[in-house]
Amino acid sequence: MTRYLLILEMLALTICTGCSHHAPPAPALQATASGSALAVSSGDKQLGTPGAPLPQPLVVDVNDDQGNGVQGALVKFSGPDGVRFDPAEALSDSNGEVSTNVTVGDSSGRYPVEAITTDKKGKALHLEVNEMAAGYQEMLGYQVQRKYCSRCHDPNSTPEQVSNYDNLAVAPHSFDQGNTFNKLDDADLTSIISHGGPAMNLSALMPAYGSTLSKADIRAVIAYIRLVSNPPFEAPGMVYAMR
Amino acid sequence: MRAPEKTRFSWGALFHDPIQLFGAASFVLLVVLAIAPLKDHFSEWRRYQQQYVQMIHIRRDSVKLMRNFRPGIHQIWIPKAGVVDRCETCHLGLEESSLGDVKTEPFGSHPPIPHQLTEFGCVVCHLGQGVATTVTGAHDSTKEPDEPLLPARYMEASCGQCHHSPLMGTPTLNQGRALLAGYGCLRCHTVNLPDGSTMTPTDDPPPLTHIAEKTSRQWIYAWLKDPQSWSAAATMPNFLLSDAEARDISAFLIANSAPQPDSGSPPAPTPAVDSSAASAAQIAAGQALYGESFCASCHAMQNAAGNVVGGNLGPELTGIGSKVKPQWLKSWLSDPHVYDPKTLMPHFRWTSQQLTPLMDFLESQTNSSFTANVHLDPATPGQIAHGRQLVNEYGCAECHAIRGVSKPDNFAPDLSRIGSKPLAQIVFVAGMAHTLPAYLTAKLQHPREFVPGLRMPQYTFTPAQVDALATALLALTDRSFTMPRKWQLATPTPSNYRPAGQAGKLMADLNCQTCHRINGNGGDIAPDLSAEGSSVQRQWLDNFLKNPNTIRPTLIRRMPKFNLSDPERAILTDYIMTVYQIPQIDRDSMPDSGYPQALVEQGKEIFYSKYACQSCHMVNPNTDRGYIGPVLTTVGSRLTAAWIYAWLKDPQALRPGAIEPNRNMSDADARALTAFLMAQKGSGKEANQ
Ligand code: HEC
Repeated sequence: MTRYLLILEMLALTICTGCSHHAPPAPALQATASGSALAVSSGDKQLGTPGAPLPQPLVVDVNDDQGNGVQGALVKFSGPDGVRFDPAEALSDSNGEVSTNVTVGDSSGRYPVEAITTDKKGKALHLEVNEMAAGYQEMLGYQVQRKYCSRCHDPNSTPEQVSNYDNLAVAPHSFDQGNTFNKLDDADLTSIISHGGPAMNLSALMPAYGSTLSKADIRAVIAYIRLVSNPPFEAPGMVYAMR
Repeated sequence: MRAPEKTRFSWGALFHDPIQLFGAASFVLLVVLAIAPLKDHFSEWRRYQQQYVQMIHIRRDSVKLMRNFRPGIHQIWIPKAGVVDRCETCHLGLEESSLGDVKTEPFGSHPPIPHQLTEFGCVVCHLGQGVATTVTGAHDSTKEPDEPLLPARYMEASCGQCHHSPLMGTPTLNQGRALLAGYGCLRCHTVNLPDGSTMTPTDDPPPLTHIAEKTSRQWIYAWLKDPQSWSAAATMPNFLLSDAEARDISAFLIANSAPQPDSGSPPAPTPAVDSSAASAAQIAAGQALYGESFCASCHAMQNAAGNVVGGNLGPELTGIGSKVKPQWLKSWLSDPHVYDPKTLMPHFRWTSQQLTPLMDFLESQTNSSFTANVHLDPATPGQIAHGRQLVNEYGCAECHAIRGVSKPDNFAPDLSRIGSKPLAQIVFVAGMAHTLPAYLTAKLQHPREFVPGLRMPQYTFTPAQVDALATALLALTDRSFTMPRKWQLATPTPSNYRPAGQAGKLMADLNCQTCHRINGNGGDIAPDLSAEGSSVQRQWLDNFLKNPNTIRPTLIRRMPKFNLSDPERAILTDYIMTVYQIPQIDRDSMPDSGYPQALVEQGKEIFYSKYACQSCHMVNPNTDRGYIGPVLTTVGSRLTAAWIYAWLKDPQALRPGAIEPNRNMSDADARALTAFLMAQKGSGKEANQ
């Protein structure tokens, strides 16, 4: 009888190893330390291509109470369906940094991504960052605004694209400032962009682009603004009964 | 007839009793007939349609959505394009813009694109099997001649099937095409486009005809072994040569090199060229001239902080002192056309007082570690002969002019239809996904891994560059050749305009078109000159050629000073002012000065208030801070009134793609602004410097 059991057990074992063939057990990462805070170092709010890795890695910092980097803390990344991380979990390096390459999903839009680590008491620390994938229209909008608008609207200055932001008597808003742009509906934005600031009682320093940009270009810029705005833009509600 | 109490089934009995036979046959028939409707009823697509109906029920515009919903198989049929697409059978929300927020596939709306679904169908862009009505059949089939779906990351490839010139919304495709043209791919591989044109390379590989004058065999050897270790931005790929191969090729190139022709004018007697003797002051003076001549517009060099800064039109100059021979450098700087008649480098007319410090500076930029470990014995005839053979085998002459070696024909596979390469023709390496994008990507990253003995060299592309290249290649499909005529967009015919006559010769010597586009031909790092004669005043142009100052404060690339002689300047000014005119502008239609003060004041008023031009331009440097557009402090001495007026009315009509917005100005406003701007003559000093 025992012999039969033994054979059965071996059979079951072989079958089980056969099943798990596709997922060879990864050597589990073991945290050697834990931090008390998670912070983004770089690589958030990137604009990528659907289905492709983002241009820069996402880097997060694990810090202790004093704000110093903690080495050896385990950070796990997760995101909505279709988002992939390489690696999906890692231990922080001597600077407390963890770096992962993020591949966004196949459709355009915003991808909230989460980094999780546990503190000394075993409590989970969450950090949410946003990444974005631009579809055709948003990508067009990105290009159009980079050519025509970002010199004034983007305060960041680089040698290739020197910013005019600081030279303007009335400061424009960076296009990711959801608090400003989310209050303006598509018609308002179209009106400002087409007819200039005065169309909505804003400064004439905002020029009119209605005779320069096509309607499709203006729609594309608006789509881009909607994609990057932070806090996120909520399209006028469509669902009235959630399941 | 009496039925038996208990029938034992027997085939024999069945066949003998016609009634039983009839009954059985009818039953079988019924079952057979029921299979089709049952299969249909339980089909995958019906399930999706049921789910869709459930989903739209809870939405605010469910009434409208329900009205648009039709059960059954949907089909887009475009006979001329061979499109029979049933994708909308399951992808039910594609044309419902209100479903933009729906992330559960297959029900979301299609992201906005400039095309109608009903006009193009789905598979033209997404590939896959349009007629299939199961998910795997439509998406993943790899049976010949089926194509699996095109992964989203390469989506721009589909635009490239019809659009052969750059689109603003397809940066990846544009980048991929630029890489194909700029990294020598098109020198070995032919790419014919559906309109009969051929993609042309844009890179500028140097001739090797006089290579021995320029550099040492040791340097060539080290370069051949690893070009990127000399300059990370080098476009020359790595041929993964063995030491012996690099030894023999370098031996052949040196042995095959001919002396460079005489420059005509014998160089002024050189003060002994010995960089160690150059004083720090000399080097600093040379560095200053390097800056003033805007060499960095085209050449990159590592600065003190270790960053490589500068343009990439010419080779990187970090370590140049360890690369080129002093005699060659002197001759090159004196007139680069002597060594390479087709070079993009302008003939700067540096005086010998300028040349010496400039050479001292360049020679002080050394990188001796590059050749430190190269020890070559004198070449033997056998090695030289083997070197020639290797040069032929590796196709060096596809890119470089080499004496006595002709360009090989059909050297590498034609890539005109690579985007439709049947999977059955591909030899996949074990462990890699059996898809065309995976193959192309792997090939671009590790070209030699597929079959030993392949000659395709190793590039050092970043992952983003590989994606871009794969996108550009995937656009080269069979379908692009068979598309309906009206979908095909012609490739713009490249212009080969060159100015004529004496001025033409001078402009070729200065290589103006390396940076300036004229009548469609030339670079884009400086303004288009096709309408220059209509826009600027003669006196200004003459002064500018004498002493170019910058018009735009934020530009990092600037017009260098060429030390033109007076007659040379006169030739150029005359030619530009008379030939580069456009018919829209009549220079004499408006005077360049003498506008009534009231009109000037009115112009000033609307400049600052209504149009707020000061947000980008500066008229009064003390108060205005606008920084993007040209400085206008002396614009009245620079531009013609007729040009300013026409520009204000419609900038893009004069320069397509100009970023100055068209303000839809009334004639009166444009006149007043013109009067105001023409009054900005400067102190007169700037204009006549
Ligand atoms: C010359 C500088 C300049 C350029 C170029 C420019 N803007 Fe503006 N824009 C402004 C200024 C200044 C304001 C602020 C006006 C105010 O708050 O009174 C502004 C305001 C706006 C606003 C209202 C929200 C805000 O930021 O206050 C929108 C929308 C806008 N711009 C869109 C655009 C778009 C789209 C483009 C490119 C097509 C563009 N702008 C180009 C200067 C510019």
